[in-house]
Amino acid sequence: MLYSKKVMDHFKNPRNVGEIENADGIGEVGNAKCGDIMRIYIKVDNNIITDVKFMTFGCGSAIATSSMATEMIKGKSVDEALELSNKAVVEALDGLPTAKIHCSVLAEEAVRAAIKDYYDKNGIEYDKEKFKDCNCAHCHA
Amino acid sequence: MFVYADNAATTKTSKTAIDAMLPFFDKIYGNPSSLHEVGQIAKEELEKARETVAKCFNAEAREIYFTSGGSEADNQAILTAVKMGERKNKKHIVSTKFEHHAVLHTLQKLEKQGIEVTYVDVNKNGVVKVEDIASAIREDTCLVTVMFANNEIGTIQPIKEIGAICKKRKVIFHTDAVQAAGHINIDVVDMNIDMLSISGHKFHGPKGVGALYARKGIFLTNLIEGGAQERGKRAGTENLPAIVGMAAALKEAVDNIDKHAKYVSALRDKLIRELSKIPHSVVNGDLVNRVPNNVNMCFEGIEGESLLLMLDMEGISASSGSACTSGSLDPSHVLLAIGLPHEVAHGSLRLSLSAENTEEEIDHIIKTVPEVVNYLRKMSPVWDELCKGELNHVI
Repeated sequence: MLYSKKVMDHFKNPRNVGEIENADGIGEVGNAKCGDIMRIYIKVDNNIITDVKFMTFGCGSAIATSSMATEMIKGKSVDEALELSNKAVVEALDGLPTAKIHCSVLAEEAVRAAIKDYYDKNGIEYDKEKFKDCNCAHCHA
Repeated sequence: MFVYADNAATTKTSKTAIDAMLPFFDKIYGNPSSLHEVGQIAKEELEKARETVAKCFNAEAREIYFTSGGSEADNQAILTAVKMGERKNKKHIVSTKFEHHAVLHTLQKLEKQGIEVTYVDVNKNGVVKVEDIASAIREDTCLVTVMFANNEIGTIQPIKEIGAICKKRKVIFHTDAVQAAGHINIDVVDMNIDMLSISGHKFHGPKGVGALYARKGIFLTNLIEGGAQERGKRAGTENLPAIVGMAAALKEAVDNIDKHAKYVSALRDKLIRELSKIPHSVVNGDLVNRVPNNVNMCFEGIEGESLLLMLDMEGISASSGSACTSGSLDPSHVLLAIGLPHEVAHGSLRLSLSAENTEEEIDHIIKTVPEVVNYLRKMSPVWDELCKGELNHVI
């Protein structure tokens, strides 16, 4: 099998699918031309991510990494969510095929994009250096 | 219910082929190159298989060379034409944009070695225009290579017409007939084909075996040096069980070609008719000039690999030209060649049938595909934007 049991579980039964009306932050990364788009919605209360949902256009691992990433940041503080790395998502899924690692990068970036949107909407100061645009070859090929 | 709908990838080995092969493991196990009786019996069977394969294409037995498969046959055909062209200082090849990679990658390698290649466009129906091939042929063209039927969208090319032009212009004509052999009638004489590649496992024969037809007068270049097997043109002890199995499978396929075509194309047309009811879907490839077993469609707003995984969970084995299934960033070069935008080509589905598929299986596909497409669209941000009018529908 191409994918681990965990990946297939998150693909078959994705957690937190959908959208949040009046979300506090929305992040969308990737483009349809490359075949992956992830959109993550967050609801923030007292600096805690109280709810998170996603919509994804992409392959099995794109859906599974979105699902896992949302699960990993739910209930966490915004600062903790910002620490989420693509590596942690890959590890939590018991690995991804090499060609699919970019999906986990997209998941990390979708979370960061949603948090950046939350900061922007609420006039919260942040270090712009830490929120540079996605530059991976995949999205800009 | 389990439905195997990926027969363009490979087929189940037929009982006829298996029965034909079995004695060649423990009874007729001689080496056809041996002089003793066991070897000579094997040699006789090898030549019978060659005769059988030749007859299926109206060729002569000595024009058939057994190979390890379609890819090897394609490689050998192209390199042969280049070698023959070199003697006359002809260094140009005409092909199309949507050939199989066994042809495309061989051509790309040759380009690095100074051979010039013209890749003729195909129209949006996935059929190459004869005039375009004719006008691409130059004084220094040593080869025209155009596939008989496309492996992804199943479109049949005007092979006889291209063959006639090549004959007139005295250019060698090769066709990759891997998806056509055993499915549609092929006559190498009538169609003016100089070289033709086939692969055993695409018509219910075993894997790892194929053949190259090379007309008398074509001086084959070896890919593999060694012994004098295959008239000295392909060294290595012959894979006799596989060769015999392929010959039996091909004969069975060709003997039943019209009956199977009628049955399978009815299933295909039902699938196309019903799945086309899915909004914002498109059928890829010409509906008339098409192998009987191919369905290829795109569904807007979803991605092919997740579609395949979902179908697999429902017992349906299919295929897609999405980037994710190919391991590259780009979706299928075939779908791009017929003018589909990247975002649509990512959402492709290929269902390739065989005479073993039943009406019930087709109904299972017809019930399942719309459900899966709907499910994936519901979680797709692209579909969301299309529905809200933020993106324009392409199909």
